[in-house]
Amino acid sequence: MSGDPGYAINVRGLTKRYSGRAVVDHIDLQVRSGRICGFLGPNGSGKTTTIRMLCGLLTPDAGEGTCLGMDIATRAAEIRRQVGYMTQKFGLYEDLSIRENLEFIGRLYEIKDRHSAVDHALERLGLVERQRQLAGSLSGGWKQRLALAACLMHEPKLLLLDEPTAGVDPKARRDFWDQIHQLAAQGITVLVSTHYMDEAARCHELCYIAYGKTLARGTEREIIAQANLVVWSVSGTNLNPLVEPLKKAPGVLSVAAFGNTLHIAGSDALKVEAAISVFRSDAQFQWVRIDANLEDVFISLIGQAQDNFASSAERKPRGGA
Amino acid sequence: MKSFSLGRTLAVFIKEFQQMLRDRLTFAMAFGVPVLQLILFGYAINTDPKGLPTAIVSADNSVLTRSIVVAMQNTGYFHITHDVASEREAEALIELGEVQFMVSIPVDFSRRLVRGERPAILVAADATDPSASGNAIAALGQLTTQALTSDLKGPLQGLNSTPAPFEIRVHRRYNPEGLSRYNIVPGLIGTILTMTLVMLTGIAMTRERERGTMENLLATPVRPFEVMIGKIFPYIVIGYIQLLVILSAAALLFEVPMQGSFLLLFGMIGVFMLANLAVGFTFSTLAKNQLQAMQMTFFFFLPSLLLSGFMFPFRGMPEWAQWIGEALPLTHFLRIVRGIMLKGNDATRVMHELWPMLLFLFAAGVVALKRYKQTLD
Repeated sequence: MSGDPGYAINVRGLTKRYSGRAVVDHIDLQVRSGRICGFLGPNGSGKTTTIRMLCGLLTPDAGEGTCLGMDIATRAAEIRRQVGYMTQKFGLYEDLSIRENLEFIGRLYEIKDRHSAVDHALERLGLVERQRQLAGSLSGGWKQRLALAACLMHEPKLLLLDEPTAGVDPKARRDFWDQIHQLAAQGITVLVSTHYMDEAARCHELCYIAYGKTLARGTEREIIAQANLVVWSVSGTNLNPLVEPLKKAPGVLSVAAFGNTLHIAGSDALKVEAAISVFRSDAQFQWVRIDANLEDVFISLIGQAQDNFASSAERKPRGGA
Repeated sequence: MKSFSLGRTLAVFIKEFQQMLRDRLTFAMAFGVPVLQLILFGYAINTDPKGLPTAIVSADNSVLTRSIVVAMQNTGYFHITHDVASEREAEALIELGEVQFMVSIPVDFSRRLVRGERPAILVAADATDPSASGNAIAALGQLTTQALTSDLKGPLQGLNSTPAPFEIRVHRRYNPEGLSRYNIVPGLIGTILTMTLVMLTGIAMTRERERGTMENLLATPVRPFEVMIGKIFPYIVIGYIQLLVILSAAALLFEVPMQGSFLLLFGMIGVFMLANLAVGFTFSTLAKNQLQAMQMTFFFFLPSLLLSGFMFPFRGMPEWAQWIGEALPLTHFLRIVRGIMLKGNDATRVMHELWPMLLFLFAAGVVALKRYKQTLD
């Protein structure tokens, strides 16, 4: 496999094991240059581990591929110079000022005109007036913007963002995503992990993983189409008694509450209808068949994966969630 | 709500125990430190060191001088390790720290003794650490009257009276008044630097990990060696400032002499600081948090303090403890700093103490760099 110039990330079979357990299990990931790829999955599914392997912070136990056309196994140091990695936790120094932090990063990357690079970053951030303020005194949203500015200092071609918007208010999240799209328009490739479905919808393409395995890949539309899910929505005053019996019904993959409605999803239309038929005659519930959304798909996928994982874990004594 | 609930107290008690058992290093501290102290204080430390190496210069070899030498050895304090031809050779051995005492018997000692002229034997002691030689010198007092009682018979019986038939003249070299601050103040340079430097570097690296800045740092192009040098250098500057403070205090407040070269001392201290910083750096790669780094520092500092010869005479310790002591940089640094400040030793006289420190630095440096990886694996 050569470094296809069309792909900023092109890895196959990426695997990482910790004490025998595969945290990342043969993950394939292809992201074309200049695209925004959303990396989704429940907590502990291996997103962070995968990102760390991509930028050379972890050595994969198996798998191969390229990042920006460079082999991840042999050219990790070069990859690092062209990748901007934003860690999940705020990775800058809270006891240094905003400017000092940016100066430090600038020195580490040996940026030639450091002073003006820092000035430029501060201007873009809108933090020129507050540059002497300690980074620790910034709010979550500002910290995140500062962290992004820091990993853009060396003009990377690829951005790896690990849950950048966790704990950030909606306005700041929107501004952040606008900036991500601007960057993509400039040709920067972005891999961003997130838990938010609205953010997933803002990505060009998606990769959904759970238990270290890829469950779905493609655009939002492709993933929904591939899942071929039948979804019924029910509304009514007291939906709670429906949840447990429906969850246990054969053919039902997920039962999830969305505000005052429940979404019941399954892949077999007849089985789902059979499951809900018991309750359909009840006049207090209003039933509508709807199109599946991304969340329905993911919840169903994770439900299926859970079953697979549980059954494979029973065979292997060293399972564990 | 009850004002006091045994159940709630018990909840805290159980939780505290669970956390304590999970934090293995704290647990090790709770049990390891008392055991370590018991062993060190109980077995290793001896404030009354015996069998001190002694060089003898005997210009007069007779029955009488042999009896005196035997009597000295019988005190248990003197162990003749070197028999040299001249006082100069013996003095050199003291300067190097090879021997604690020099015993010099003059040419016509026996003849003058028999004539009743009360000749003198010279005993020169390395008094840089007064506590190491104090008891041995005290034991010499009775020796003059008792050493020769069985030899002085018949016609010589008359010499066996007071005053004693011969004298022992004791010279306390480098510290004639036997002031313990002459020993302690230079020694403090080493102990203060050991504690602060190991602790500060230990914390410096774990802080990165604890605050979550380590991953960010690793993701940049910075190399492990660059991080290590960059992190260590500020503490070298701090170390030299500490040195200046202690040296000024030594001169102004404690009037400790400075016989040797400042330049030599500054050079030697550089190696010593690097050795300690490498230890601190290694600890920081092992410790999970700053508290653990502090605990590890303590485990290193305690033996350094007790087994280096700073608090208790090195020669009083059993051989196994001396071997541990020899491995510690502080032991060698103390000999160097006492040598330079009190004895005025030049570079050639301290070189033999430099090599063990360099070896330690090399070993600790290799371990530190091996432990510090550029990945999170």
